[in-house]
Amino acid sequence: MGSTVETAVRPPSYSGPVEWLRRNLVGTWYDTLLTLLSLWFVFVALRGLFAWAFFSANWEPVTGSLKLFALGQYPQEDMWRPGMIVLTVSFLMGVSWRVWGGTVRTFALALAVALGVVAALPVEMRLPLRLWFVANPALVGLGYLVGWSRVVRSRWVLLGWILSFVATIILLNGFKGVSWLPKVDTAMWGGLLLTFLLALVGIVASFPIGVLLALGRRSSLPVVKVFCVLFIELVRGVPLVTILFMGSIILPLFLPDGVRIDRVLRAMMAMTLFAAAYMAENVRGGLQAIPLGQVEAAKAVGLNGLQTMALIVLPQALRAVIPAIVGQFIALFMDTTLAVIIGLVELLGVGKAILNSKPEWLLLDTEVYVFIAALFWVFTYSMSYASRRLEAALGVGER
Amino acid sequence: MPDETRDQDIIICRDVHKWFGDFQALCGISVTIKRGEVVVICGPSGSGKSTFIRTINRLEEHQRGDIIVDGIELTNDIRNIAAIRQEIGMVFQQFNLFPHLTVMNNISLAPIWVRKWPKPKAEEITMQLLERVGIPEQAHKYPGQLSGGQQQRVAIARALAMQPKIMLFDEPTSALDPEMIKEVLDVMVELAQSGITMIVVTHEMGFAREVANRIIFFDFGLIVEQNTPELFFESPEHDRTKLFLSQIL
Repeated sequence: MGSTVETAVRPPSYSGPVEWLRRNLVGTWYDTLLTLLSLWFVFVALRGLFAWAFFSANWEPVTGSLKLFALGQYPQEDMWRPGMIVLTVSFLMGVSWRVWGGTVRTFALALAVALGVVAALPVEMRLPLRLWFVANPALVGLGYLVGWSRVVRSRWVLLGWILSFVATIILLNGFKGVSWLPKVDTAMWGGLLLTFLLALVGIVASFPIGVLLALGRRSSLPVVKVFCVLFIELVRGVPLVTILFMGSIILPLFLPDGVRIDRVLRAMMAMTLFAAAYMAENVRGGLQAIPLGQVEAAKAVGLNGLQTMALIVLPQALRAVIPAIVGQFIALFMDTTLAVIIGLVELLGVGKAILNSKPEWLLLDTEVYVFIAALFWVFTYSMSYASRRLEAALGVGER
Repeated sequence: MPDETRDQDIIICRDVHKWFGDFQALCGISVTIKRGEVVVICGPSGSGKSTFIRTINRLEEHQRGDIIVDGIELTNDIRNIAAIRQEIGMVFQQFNLFPHLTVMNNISLAPIWVRKWPKPKAEEITMQLLERVGIPEQAHKYPGQLSGGQQQRVAIARALAMQPKIMLFDEPTSALDPEMIKEVLDVMVELAQSGITMIVVTHEMGFAREVANRIIFFDFGLIVEQNTPELFFESPEHDRTKLFLSQIL
């Protein structure tokens, strides 16, 4: 038409919360109506919840049993051991924050702030406990400062975490006949401590086993392949409850006299094997997504089979299935509650025990279970948040 | 002297056969390639040319016949295969770069893990190779951030990083946009003039005419005809070759 070149003008993009509200909530008369209706509905629902939580609920079983929720029956005089472990975690979180940054920062800060706030609460608390709460944020800060030092490398931090995991188990367990670190029977372990241990051991141990099973399932050696397929399909065909029962009741029948595997350890083994079978299938999905060309290219530059797997195939395969793996970890974390039925006193078990401890608390089950649910939600949500951040950092889906 | 003449032949193939199930892909290939020679292999699709060069570094296993690379016979012995793969660099049609590694790590990976070079040395060589293929500024990007032509040049640098005696190219420009073919061919021409032994499966007849010492024409898993570029293009002997050339030129 004309000889002038029309320069296209980019339509203005709207931003800001006020603009968003105007466009989406009160854009038209029916938008406004829907908004008002929704607000009224939310108000009614929340009013009931708040009224219950702050006025009619009796939180005594929760507030009066925090030690039980945290540690179960772990002996009072040995409470310094889990205390030491949390202090170590705080310190390592600080170091990791400086060295790795990213999401670790969020978690380190959350840890420091949460424990710092508890330390400042105007409630009755013994002085050593209050000092312990203060020490945690301080150690996060100290760790952060240590992380500045140039000698602290990523691999040392990783090693620190692994060592602390091993030390945790040793410290909690203690040794028979050692006066300053006596053995604490696992029957005394409980609460959040036991829930964490079951989940952590399950996650840490099932991951490598699952990867090996997945690789074994694709192996060209028939014996390895058949074993892996059989294991995976057998375990996946059976509910976790059944496996826990097998571990706790049937397994001891097959063991020779005198050989006794600890009850908690049996539960850990059962959960690990169960999780490993599912992990194997997740990892196999990732392995199948890797194009054959990647393996050919790795062979062509001279990498051997192990190097090809460790440097080329697995990093890509695992990265592709992070969401599935974390989803499975979350499920495993919540499945720890099933250990109740074989008599372990983890978080849910503690809740039940507390309800049964006093007749006047028997009817307060709503309060106790709401508290437990909230605790679980905090931890599982943290895990899925970390997973999303990890995906973003590793660039899943943008090749 | 017989020893010397044998040393001049870097790849010797004798009666190589290859089956995929019941389908016979190679029906007795016998060819000898001299040190420093640039050989172009062409032919219609499905004629076995890609399969043939993939048997040379054992990405495909041949079922009959002998392949001897730089004096090492290609057998099922894993040490022989490893030794031969270290002598041979390969460039693929689909690049096959490692998407989770930077350009730098793509190239320095094999020298570090296979040749056991210290990291600084491997990275220095990597930068030299990136200079050579003309993209040193891309060293710290990921393959997904590069154009097809740049990716293929990284792939060439990756193959060269192991300092191979032989380079295999499996249709290196077939997956590229027309504009990017030239930048890859330029690198290959420079490489051919540097004296390395090259076997190139390609449809780029201009490249063949310019740098090849010999052109081999494949059809139905057999070598139909081989000749110098001049004779191959000016006076092809077989009707099949004439037909192919009339369609492609």
